[in-house]
Amino acid sequence: MSTTEQTTMNPEVVALGDPDLSFSFGERRTLMNFLQTVTLWILAGIAAIPLISVLWMLISRGGLRISTAIFTELPPAPFEQGGGIGNAIVGTLVMVAIASLISIPIGILGGLYTGLLNPDSRISALIRFVGKVLTGFPSILSGVFVYAWLVIVMKTYSAIAGGVSLSILMLPTVLLTAEQAFRMVPQRMKDAAYGMGCNSTQVATKIVLPTALPGVMTGVMLAVAGASGESAPLLFTALFSNYWIGSFTEPTASLSILIYNFSAMPYENQIELAWTASLVLVLIVLVFNILSRSFGTRRV
Amino acid sequence: MSMEMEMNKLEATAAQQAAGDVAIGANIDKIYYGDFLAVRDAAVDIEKGKITGFIGPSGCGKSTVLRSLNRMNDLIPIFRLEGHVHFLGQDVYGKNVDPVVVRRHIGMVFQQPNPFSMSIFENVAFGLRLNGFKGDISGRVEKALRRAALWNEVKDKLKQNGLSLSGGQQQRLCIARAIATEPTVLLMDEPCSALDPIATRQIEELMLQLKKDYTVAIVTHNMQQAIRVADKTAFFSVDMTQGGRTGFLVEVGDTKQVFENPKENLTKEYLSGEFS
Repeated sequence: MSTTEQTTMNPEVVALGDPDLSFSFGERRTLMNFLQTVTLWILAGIAAIPLISVLWMLISRGGLRISTAIFTELPPAPFEQGGGIGNAIVGTLVMVAIASLISIPIGILGGLYTGLLNPDSRISALIRFVGKVLTGFPSILSGVFVYAWLVIVMKTYSAIAGGVSLSILMLPTVLLTAEQAFRMVPQRMKDAAYGMGCNSTQVATKIVLPTALPGVMTGVMLAVAGASGESAPLLFTALFSNYWIGSFTEPTASLSILIYNFSAMPYENQIELAWTASLVLVLIVLVFNILSRSFGTRRV
Repeated sequence: MSMEMEMNKLEATAAQQAAGDVAIGANIDKIYYGDFLAVRDAAVDIEKGKITGFIGPSGCGKSTVLRSLNRMNDLIPIFRLEGHVHFLGQDVYGKNVDPVVVRRHIGMVFQQPNPFSMSIFENVAFGLRLNGFKGDISGRVEKALRRAALWNEVKDKLKQNGLSLSGGQQQRLCIARAIATEPTVLLMDEPCSALDPIATRQIEELMLQLKKDYTVAIVTHNMQQAIRVADKTAFFSVDMTQGGRTGFLVEVGDTKQVFENPKENLTKEYLSGEFS
């Protein structure tokens, strides 16, 4: 159909003239779009300022003391020079490991129950509710709880008590993310497994767990990262120690408590070490966060 | 259906099974979901080495009946079946029957392609490993993929995830997975409804190939597909008179007869409505 033909058929279309498709700031719509984009960039920049300035402060003040001694030596006595935070790094890792050993199996099995085996039962609803309440549980109360039930009974502060109180904080994160990951496994995949002649246990172990693993690992890593930075639950449970960890049943050093103790001391050396410990702690948390993201982006 | 007819049918089924040409003899009186009567009076034989097509309007219970044959419906807690489904002479709803074992002998291909999130090879090897197969797994995997007409497309990427394939390839992978364990019967629940016409064509050709080694029962929405692939056709319809939507079997016979010279008026009406 030619243009002349169209003209005779529908003159109104031609009355608008040839369309002007070029870009122009003069239009209200374009201007608003530009202004809003700029505003959002500025707001995003403001939001990033605290994070960047904290990181900058940690690197500039804590980075000064980074050396092998930091990782291999014990904290110094007052007026002593040098020293390191090796025992606190080991202590934090040991207690997070204990907490993981407790919370990951319980969390994943609980998630299997609420997400796969019996999602609609009352028990599942209860577990879910308790999990969500525990997510907002004040971390210091976890310490108080373990103090009452473990520290007093064992008559000593210990790495075990510290690990248990951290596990209480990790459990809801592991459980709720594991449940979500299990629920994300498509029903048709489970049908296929049943159709191949799997029983419920085989469907769970051969199909649901492997398929949901990246999601589960994301939750685990987030929980580990969160637990590594906790200080309140350790105050009443692991206390602190100036020595290397010798057994799981003695007071144990941790990075967060070391920061808390040393930053309040009037000695320059200890204050510097507190900064360095902060940097190390942030790096540990960062590593676990990056790990969790790398698991999360893996294709399911 | 009168008692006498019922008895005659049962005897006929028993006789045919004794003769050895019936793989699954279904005599389903009623299927309930809770209080809801989903299907009534469905007696159909799945004959060995043939393709039996289940056709009918939506909600007529053809998928429900198909899924009852290998006890897939047991996964729905409120499901209840009255009647018998005889698989090579044994009642799959018998007292001591383990539904898990039934499903290992009666394979299933689903409406949506549903490969596992694992490599192409492991998808096909899944059933073999599940059954503790000790022999040449890679040989069996290759054989199954060849039979599913997928080998040439995937032989160089067996380690890739099964989900990376296209929809039609995924469905053929699911067929390969289902036949790798050499099940006696293959149930297909609208296997082409999520596929484009080319992939559909491939699956149909594949079914005609599979017929040589397997017994196949297929649910389809597509009349033309039933005509193209099915040797026997079972026509189901919906009965809305009793307030609910209850499916039932109208007639079953050779595909040519059912389409060209249906015995029942319901079939005639449905077919003419479809084609007009």
